[in-house]
Amino acid sequence: MAKIKLVDPNPNGLIQHDHNHDGIDRRGFLKCMAWAGTGALCLVEGGILRSFALGTQMGSEAKSHKIGGLTFVQISDSHMGFNKPANPDVIGTLKAAVDKINALPHQPEFILHTGDISHLSNPEEFDTVDQILKATNKEIFFVPGEHDVLNDDGKMFRERYAKNAKGSGWYSFDKNGVHFIGLVNVMNLKAGGLGTLGTEQLEWLEDDVRHLKSSTPIVVFAHIPLWTVYPQWGWGTEDSAQALSYLKRFASVTVLNGHIHQTMQKVEGNVTFHTAFSTAFVQPAPGKADGPGPLKVPADQLRSLLGITDVNYIQGRHALAVVDSSLA
Amino acid sequence: MRKRLLIAGSTVTVALTIAALLVVHPTPARGQASASGAEIRVDNFTFSPDTLTVQVNSTVTWVNKDDIPHVIASNDGLFKSKALDTDQKYSYIFTKAGTYPYYCSIHPKMVGKIVVQ
Repeated sequence: MAKIKLVDPNPNGLIQHDHNHDGIDRRGFLKCMAWAGTGALCLVEGGILRSFALGTQMGSEAKSHKIGGLTFVQISDSHMGFNKPANPDVIGTLKAAVDKINALPHQPEFILHTGDISHLSNPEEFDTVDQILKATNKEIFFVPGEHDVLNDDGKMFRERYAKNAKGSGWYSFDKNGVHFIGLVNVMNLKAGGLGTLGTEQLEWLEDDVRHLKSSTPIVVFAHIPLWTVYPQWGWGTEDSAQALSYLKRFASVTVLNGHIHQTMQKVEGNVTFHTAFSTAFVQPAPGKADGPGPLKVPADQLRSLLGITDVNYIQGRHALAVVDSSLA
Repeated sequence: MRKRLLIAGSTVTVALTIAALLVVHPTPARGQASASGAEIRVDNFTFSPDTLTVQVNSTVTWVNKDDIPHVIASNDGLFKSKALDTDQKYSYIFTKAGTYPYYCSIHPKMVGKIVVQ
């Protein structure tokens, strides 16, 4: 097994407290994830949280080191068809995201796209995204954003991306002992409301996880955040608490969302919530603008505010390592 | 005698006040449709005006000036636009009096109301 050179930005180590006696220092993990935006990798290895800076030192050593477990990538909010000043070239930035994925030292096994694939649900927009993502040579799992289901209650989306899904497009699958659940919370939105999962989907979810061992790591992915980030802008899901109640008994739950076009994370007990960059345009931080619309940033800064998310799971460990990296 | 005069006086005062209100009645802080047509500007995740009062058989037109698409949908399913991109419009003719709350069905925190008199 090749050695990895560790570059720990905190010489005192990030593990300081072990309240749950599981070797996971959640505060340390959060601190680690906080500077993950600079391109750092936090790994749980042997129960100890280690941090790496993704620099050239990692390079070839990392390529040969098999982390084990599972590695996958999340991308989100490609908004193909958007062409306003906030980003006149969403094709270019999506291609840059693909290049970034292809350059990852540990190649992901597959990709999750957490929705708003298209901007106006046009077939040409979906076609363009499909064509660009082909260059990853990876299996891709999609859940819709509200921009993907504009015209036909999501019929076209499901025909393209969720043929075997239930209801409006929810489904689950297993990879290397990890159970993945794709949820849809962008249908039948009610006036003044937030995202919504609905009774049928919740009943399916309860049934879907019923017979799983509590030690099974769970990854839930959906477009709108499943925790209340900022309700004034619709950044939350009405009935997510119900969904999370079915997952309470599991040792490790990772929730991956998009929609807000910025990275955010929260740890609550056994659940790690995370939202991803967009590959298309930036949106303001909660409350920092009149509304959640596209935020124009200086052209030379745009790519540092768009990006991808790399997720690593080590067999037998709890928290997944979730690392955001920007396009530039 | 005095009592009667007092009552008569009060009645006159009340009548005058009502008359004054009717004459001076300001344009409500919310929108009053102009003779040329009722338009609602959609911009920055907001409907302006968010409450618009029109007469029966008026056409209301929503114009999307935002840099993101919106979908105009009545709360009860009575009307729904297709996705409106920037500069696209949607019109609906209100043939019955009543109050019609609506929202953007992809950004449901955006709400508005048409009052048809």
